[in-house]
Amino acid sequence: MTGPTLQLRGVHKAYGDNAVLRGVSLDIDEHEVVALIGPSGCGKSTLLRCIDLLEPIDAGTIVFDDDDISWPGFDVNSARRNIGIVFQSFNLFPHRSVMDNITLAPRKVLGAGRSDAEAQAMELLNRFGLADKAGDYPDRLSGGQQQRVAIVRALAMQPKIMLFDEITSALDPELVGEVLNVIRGLKEGGMTMVLATHEMAFAREIATRVAFLDGGEVAELGPPEQVLSQPQQERTRRFLRRVTEAGRL
Amino acid sequence: MTTTSDAVPVYDPARLQAISARRRRNTAVSAVSTVLVLGALVLLVVTSPGWPAVRESFFNGFYARDVLPNILAGLRLTVILFVTAEPVILVVALFLAVVRGLSAPIFTPLRYLAIAYADVVRGIPTILLILMFGFGIPALNLQGLPDSPLFWAWFALVVSYSAYVSEVLRAGLESVHPSQRAAARALGLNQYQSLRYVVVPQAVRRVTPPLLNDFIALQKDTALIAVIGAGIEMTRAAQIYAFDAFNYTPFVVAACFYILLTVPLSRWADWMAARQRRRSAAAGGVL
Ligand SMILES: Nc1ncnc2c1ncn2[C@@H]1O[C@H](COP(=O)(O)OP(=O)(O)OP(=O)(O)O)[C@@H](O)[C@H]1O
Ligand SMILES: [Mg+2]
Repeated sequence: MTGPTLQLRGVHKAYGDNAVLRGVSLDIDEHEVVALIGPSGCGKSTLLRCIDLLEPIDAGTIVFDDDDISWPGFDVNSARRNIGIVFQSFNLFPHRSVMDNITLAPRKVLGAGRSDAEAQAMELLNRFGLADKAGDYPDRLSGGQQQRVAIVRALAMQPKIMLFDEITSALDPELVGEVLNVIRGLKEGGMTMVLATHEMAFAREIATRVAFLDGGEVAELGPPEQVLSQPQQERTRRFLRRVTEAGRL
Repeated sequence: MTTTSDAVPVYDPARLQAISARRRRNTAVSAVSTVLVLGALVLLVVTSPGWPAVRESFFNGFYARDVLPNILAGLRLTVILFVTAEPVILVVALFLAVVRGLSAPIFTPLRYLAIAYADVVRGIPTILLILMFGFGIPALNLQGLPDSPLFWAWFALVVSYSAYVSEVLRAGLESVHPSQRAAARALGLNQYQSLRYVVVPQAVRRVTPPLLNDFIALQKDTALIAVIGAGIEMTRAAQIYAFDAFNYTPFVVAACFYILLTVPLSRWADWMAARQRRRSAAAGGVL
């Protein structure tokens, strides 16, 4: 491995006439935690979905560990094996128990045996305080528990990088903390992460760098103290002002 | 919850007694009213002027006993036809439904074929399909193909019901939110695995009640095979007998057996539908 783990170069993505991403460039090194902030609709979710190849990009390149995974025809399944993504709405499989949600991909994609996969899943569930939920179905869990299971499910594939798309915004306020704690734990473990978030305080605490996405590109990028406290750009200041005003209401 | 005073329910015996008295009264009221209504209906029918003639040709005890062995033999065939057709229909219909949802360019011709199949077949009355296949194909004397009209009539039922059932399954597949597929693909499952382990199981669960309704209809439509005179299936047995004796009691006997077959399935379908509603209410709908 030579360069950064993940390298975005001039990524463009449009839905019809709506040009959402207009040349996003960003390098993410191993063990980095990049917080993606920006107004609603600026393309945070779209960017994460493009990185995981859930959406094809129109122009630019996405290089992961020296492979251009965005090249048409690149084996998307093998690329996704190294990338884990967790969505705002959990998206657990409602017809499968927590244990089966977690072991499905390791067994079917990596070819792990049932007992190995379950042992690994139990270890992860233990680590995140969910061991007693292994046999439950998702509809029996609280939102916070569901989201933690979704994170465990992604981790079970042993990805090299994790993408989080506003994973706390569908949660009741008192459940946010338990999910953020999981992210803190992952950072201690050295996981490379990109997280789209509206929680500025959390971004400040956890991120090694903050990227402000606006107008389809990375408008400002830097350490959290700089981007969140002394932004260079007028539009970043405007956005942060709106966020703090909304917070006071 | 840390308060203790209200945690343990305190049962008031008088209240419990009042509740069970009320329950007993409700049961009594519904029993009495059911008997009254049924009694009135029976009375109305048997006192009407045409009743003796109707009883003679539709509810004749002698003919009923006489035809019973034939009908029972037919019952066996009906069940065999139904039980063998059902799994084949499910497989074919699932294949059709999945093919219609494939977007890759290589599947374009298959997708159009599946659409054409569903449209054409659903446009043809099942009885015409049975006549065409049951009489037509055996008459061709084709090498290597079975020449039994019964087989081809069975085949016509499979063709017809596959089209209907595939529409039900397709609705089920479309009702699974795209985010479920996205989650499966994001975990590295390929398109086939996402369908097999994530989308199809949820789709089938959701459409189980309408699927059961289709199978109730199929059970009854095995009677259509009688029109080509194949085998000794239930309606056919009744038909032969009725036309010999100018008495329609055999039809009534056959009808009773069909009811005996379909009512349990109907109750089961209702029970499944109710359970489904309870479940999705408990889950707070879908996310
Ligand atoms: N599948 C899609 N089809 C068409 N347009 C889409 C699709 N997904 C997103 N968009 C559009 O792309 C733009 C960016 O959406 P995106 O969800 O990426 O924003 P976001 O930054 O994640 O917003 P939020 O903070 O509200 O989650 C929006 O204008 C949205 O309407
Ligand atoms: Mg979003």
